[in-house]
Amino acid sequence: MSEAEAEERASVVDPDDERMIINMGPQHPSTHGVLRVTMELQGETVLRSKPVIGYLHTGMEKTAEDLTYLQGPTNVTRMDYAAPLFTELTFSLAVEALLEIEMPDRATWIRMLMCELNRMSSHLLFLATNGMDLGAVGMMIYGWREREEVLRFFEKVTGLRMNHNYIRPGGVAADLPDGWQEDVQNILKVLPERLEQFDVLMTGQPIWRERTQGIGVITTEEALAMGATGPILRSTGYAWDLRRAMPYLAYDQVDFDIVVGTYGDTFDRYAIRLNEIRESMRIVEQCLELIPDGPYRAEDRKVTPPPRARIDESMEALIHHFKIFTEGFKVPPGEVYTAVESPRGELGCYLVSDGGPKPQRMHIRAPSFVNLQTLPHMMHGGLLADAIAVISSIDPIMGEVDR
Amino acid sequence: MTESPASVDEEIESAEQDMPEDDVERLHGSAVVVNNNQTVVHTGKAEYHDLIQSLNDDGYGVCVDLCGVDYLGNDTRSLPVTVTAERFELVVNLLDVQASRRLRVRVQLSEAAPMVATITDIHPGAEAMEREANDMFGLEFEGHPDPTPILLPDDWQGHPLRKDYSMGRIPVQFKAVDGR
Repeated sequence: MSEAEAEERASVVDPDDERMIINMGPQHPSTHGVLRVTMELQGETVLRSKPVIGYLHTGMEKTAEDLTYLQGPTNVTRMDYAAPLFTELTFSLAVEALLEIEMPDRATWIRMLMCELNRMSSHLLFLATNGMDLGAVGMMIYGWREREEVLRFFEKVTGLRMNHNYIRPGGVAADLPDGWQEDVQNILKVLPERLEQFDVLMTGQPIWRERTQGIGVITTEEALAMGATGPILRSTGYAWDLRRAMPYLAYDQVDFDIVVGTYGDTFDRYAIRLNEIRESMRIVEQCLELIPDGPYRAEDRKVTPPPRARIDESMEALIHHFKIFTEGFKVPPGEVYTAVESPRGELGCYLVSDGGPKPQRMHIRAPSFVNLQTLPHMMHGGLLADAIAVISSIDPIMGEVDR
Repeated sequence: MTESPASVDEEIESAEQDMPEDDVERLHGSAVVVNNNQTVVHTGKAEYHDLIQSLNDDGYGVCVDLCGVDYLGNDTRSLPVTVTAERFELVVNLLDVQASRRLRVRVQLSEAAPMVATITDIHPGAEAMEREANDMFGLEFEGHPDPTPILLPDDWQGHPLRKDYSMGRIPVQFKAVDGR
């Protein structure tokens, strides 16, 4: 545009037109990482908005093509850093589907136990950040404290608080440590009381309700058209949960309820996550009772490394160990899509193998990436102050959005 | 995955009557195979949009995933005899939330013209995914409402997930150790 043109255009602007375009983020404390939202405002009302993403894009799908299947989980676990075990799980399930190997029961149940604990820690993180975004600053400390209880258990089992690389193709990295039952029972003992406190702090509070009820409403049809899954879809009253609709692991053997909302607003999405913690606790309790004994990974020496002690006495064990950790195991050619219900919705992995030890293509269907598309729709016609509440209620994890 | 081949079979039968005679199973005129218990429909770019529309009418109303694949240098791919292999594939995962079943559509796209009609008019949720496929593979979606880069910077050259896009490397500088 030349200067003359610009001047001409500036002169025809309606002086009563108070619309303006502002950028929120990418550096904003309540955008959960580096999310930028471009908004067109009329006074305090949001007319149009557009999430601008990609600030955290690190090419993880390209990286995956350069890692063996055994190294794969170290990569994917860094996508959704609040719920890393789910990405490891969906990747491992995809590899196992191509390998066509049977999983020992104990491995399946350990995976389920760990994933449900992870769902609890992820939702507790949501409660912390959601509370902070809406002005309940104390909630940030409480949510983080409760999450730490779970992370401490993860550290004991996997060695790390986050980015565990615990669920691997062929099973899990290690058996649960001695005395794990007491640790889990301790978590289950302290949490219900704390969740009651959250109810007192937030759920019943008139200020909290006014800040969340009727804000960012979405209908079932809109959510399905946008591909939104997880708490966003369930908040509209549609009981869609992959654990129930298309059971994987051993979810068909445990008893739990799907929590649904009614109005599809920010409050429903908050309440669903709070109550899903309670449902996850029910599943964890049943895991404590029902978890079987046996091997914690597939006894297939082409896929899982032999026990350390065997390496000293068996030549074959040494060869298998060496092959797995240098070249990696080969996966038959083919393509597969697996999906699990992560705390944010359907987390899928599309895997293409060319018969070699590294994937030809590894694509993660990230729920946050798809759910974020509903943002302009939820914010339309709302107040600028409510935009924060709506972004927070989607619970996007930018590592997963941008990958 | 709880695919239900039985219910798909019914549809195949009903669609089969006016189809050419070969031993390839068909759904709305496109070849169907079952891989690892998952139903996969192979199609070309001309039939793609109509196929998605017909499947949408059949109940596959949610587009859960859409991504590109580059098959450069991969000769292990098995395709039905009616499908001509091309370098790129567009893979669309559809979900039927009423009947709890999934279906995957694989579209062959040539290297010379990796263009295909957008499905955002049927599934608005495919918008971000199509933009991502455009970024990563250079697949073009005709009629897309906002064909701008989504994950890559606006001035990025090339399409990183193509197999002939080399990985950038920064050479490691080793310092000389004293006393050796």
